[in-house]
Amino acid sequence: MHKALKKYFPVFVFPTLIPFVISFLIPVVMGIYLSFTKFTTVSNATFVGLENYKQLFSSGDNFLHALWFTVRFTVVSTLTVNLFAFALALLLTKGLPGTNFFRTVFFMPNLIGGIVLGYIWQLIINGLLSGLGVDITYSASYGFGGMILLTNWQLIGYMMIIYIAALQNIPREMKEVAAIDGANAWQSLRHITLPLVMPAVTICFFLTLTNSFKMFDQNYALTGGAPGRQTSMLALDIFQTFYGSVGSEGVGQAKAVVFFILVAIMAGVQLYFTRRREVDA
Amino acid sequence: MKKLSFILLMALLCVFLLSSCGGMREGVYFLNFKPESAAAYNEIAAAYKNETGRSLRVVTAASGTYEQTLKSEIGKTDAPVIFQINGPVGYAAWKDYCLDLKGTKLYEHLSDKSMAIRDGEGVYGIPYVVEGYGIIYNKRILDAYFALPNRATNFQSVDEVNSFIKLKALVEDMTAHKAELGIDGVFAVTSLQSGEDWRWQTHLANLPIYYEFLDKEVDLGNKNDYKEIAFSYADRYKAIFDLYLNNSTTDPKLLGSKQVADSMAEFALGKCAMVQNGNWAYAQIADVAGNTVKPEEVGFMPIYIGVSEEESQGLCIGTENYFAINKNASPEQQAEGIAFLEWLFTSETGKRYVTEKLDFIAPFDTFDENEGPTDPLGKEVSEWLNREENYSVPWVFTVFPGQGFKNDFGAALLQYAQGNKTWEEVKAVFINRWKEEQASALQ
Repeated sequence: MHKALKKYFPVFVFPTLIPFVISFLIPVVMGIYLSFTKFTTVSNATFVGLENYKQLFSSGDNFLHALWFTVRFTVVSTLTVNLFAFALALLLTKGLPGTNFFRTVFFMPNLIGGIVLGYIWQLIINGLLSGLGVDITYSASYGFGGMILLTNWQLIGYMMIIYIAALQNIPREMKEVAAIDGANAWQSLRHITLPLVMPAVTICFFLTLTNSFKMFDQNYALTGGAPGRQTSMLALDIFQTFYGSVGSEGVGQAKAVVFFILVAIMAGVQLYFTRRREVDA
Repeated sequence: MKKLSFILLMALLCVFLLSSCGGMREGVYFLNFKPESAAAYNEIAAAYKNETGRSLRVVTAASGTYEQTLKSEIGKTDAPVIFQINGPVGYAAWKDYCLDLKGTKLYEHLSDKSMAIRDGEGVYGIPYVVEGYGIIYNKRILDAYFALPNRATNFQSVDEVNSFIKLKALVEDMTAHKAELGIDGVFAVTSLQSGEDWRWQTHLANLPIYYEFLDKEVDLGNKNDYKEIAFSYADRYKAIFDLYLNNSTTDPKLLGSKQVADSMAEFALGKCAMVQNGNWAYAQIADVAGNTVKPEEVGFMPIYIGVSEEESQGLCIGTENYFAINKNASPEQQAEGIAFLEWLFTSETGKRYVTEKLDFIAPFDTFDENEGPTDPLGKEVSEWLNREENYSVPWVFTVFPGQGFKNDFGAALLQYAQGNKTWEEVKAVFINRWKEEQASALQ
């Protein structure tokens, strides 16, 4: 048995190993190397050391502003998306008429691509703002609000489905017992429902967190960073740096590496929390 | 059944893999910059094959993505042989890839050798089209204005308008009479959406910078002459930009989501009398559904910004399209690429396509005077170019820093239009970003 495993090892491993090396390992290594160079095309690079990273943290660059904007956006959207998704999930597990129809309706926005969504919402928001005689590029807070609205609209349905699945798994007896013991609706929600859907909460929290943090299409289509680059989030800022000006590809690449590290940290934290939850349960 | 579907799936996968790594394709690879010419180039490729037996493969980058397409394409083994650079700054980015074209017939036929991109002894970019821009006007609406009994000016024709002061008087009085003229505003909307603002951050900025360069006797061949800029005609830029904003069809606060296409549609539908754009925009005007502007009603006038002795100023005429040949391609491929370009601009068939399908005003001595473009704006450009009494403003924006500078200046213009930035701040953005970007682009 052991021998056979050894013999067939390449047959089983290579089909996944080769794509992994080609499409993941090589690009990552190359990407990190390129962030220390000045380049126009990937095969033609000159080493410049830490120059790109210095530029990235210099005051004239938009990176730190984009980082702060992204963090603010992520916090607000994570909270609102989960709040609304949970509320909708509670509502749609009450057995009201039309439940299935509304579940489908709320899930649908999730199926539309980000660019299309961005342009549609740009039209809607500009239509509303034209009442004030301005448009979404007028102020960064309009862009911020617009993106929160868009993200909520898109993600609530998906998170709602996860919450619904968790809510349906709660044994009905527990709630009955609580009701007999005299618990009111709030107490039963706080002490029975919430603790039992905690795994779903963790998952949804991290899904919205990473989704918001890495957002690109919606940002690109809705505001494009306007006014100026004030509403550029990290991913868009990287894109704008990379393609924006001659000679800045390396700086864009350096930003991408920092971005990669941030996302990796977030994924690590997520893994830690979900694992701990599994042990607890 | 399950097995069968599995086999089918595998087969499909194999087809996928094989098709994606198919071998080198046939013909000289030409990466085209102009999306509006994509269809014409495909016809040209067919004709070229027909006449010479050699094939050409044209790939067109989507609008506004040429640099990024080129960046990824040129790194491949099957890299473009013919590509284009947009001037000295573009050359600075791509100089490792540009072949010296000094000995080619194409360069020999170039009417004005100073137009080519040179570096030391070598010639690395050859311009292939001359274009012009100015203020496009609708003759019918202007004539309607000249026929008004109660107007405040006494111009009899648009030819009398030959300075900023006169232009301003004309435009402001037309705005006062816009209801009678049946227009929403004199100028089409000042499109300032990001990516749609090049008419202002590049084309309009060309004029003040040109006059500044004249004053300073800047040599465009010498990078050190334009490392920094004073933007000394900033107030003139502001004057013409304000004129556009205040006499437009649209409130200045709503410009952040307007595109060039919106402007051209307004002009084509007769909702405005004037729009700043170039001869390439004629196709866009003609293609608008419900177009009310006839070809003979379209005219061109220069953009006057109010410098002294501008009465004899003409259109802004120049090029930002230079052909370059990939230095890293094989010698055979390079020779084939050059042969195609020479065929296109010197053979009878090629020339016919250039004037009739591409609508280019080609800067080569193989074209005689009656072989000009056929669209009304292209004709006007050639006509202005040949006027003895007027001087054309060259396109000095080919030495503007990269896209980052232009985008930031455009964004600042939008914020100025919305009332969120003062003119002094816009001017500071222009001067500072110029300096920063030029330093990284030209090093």
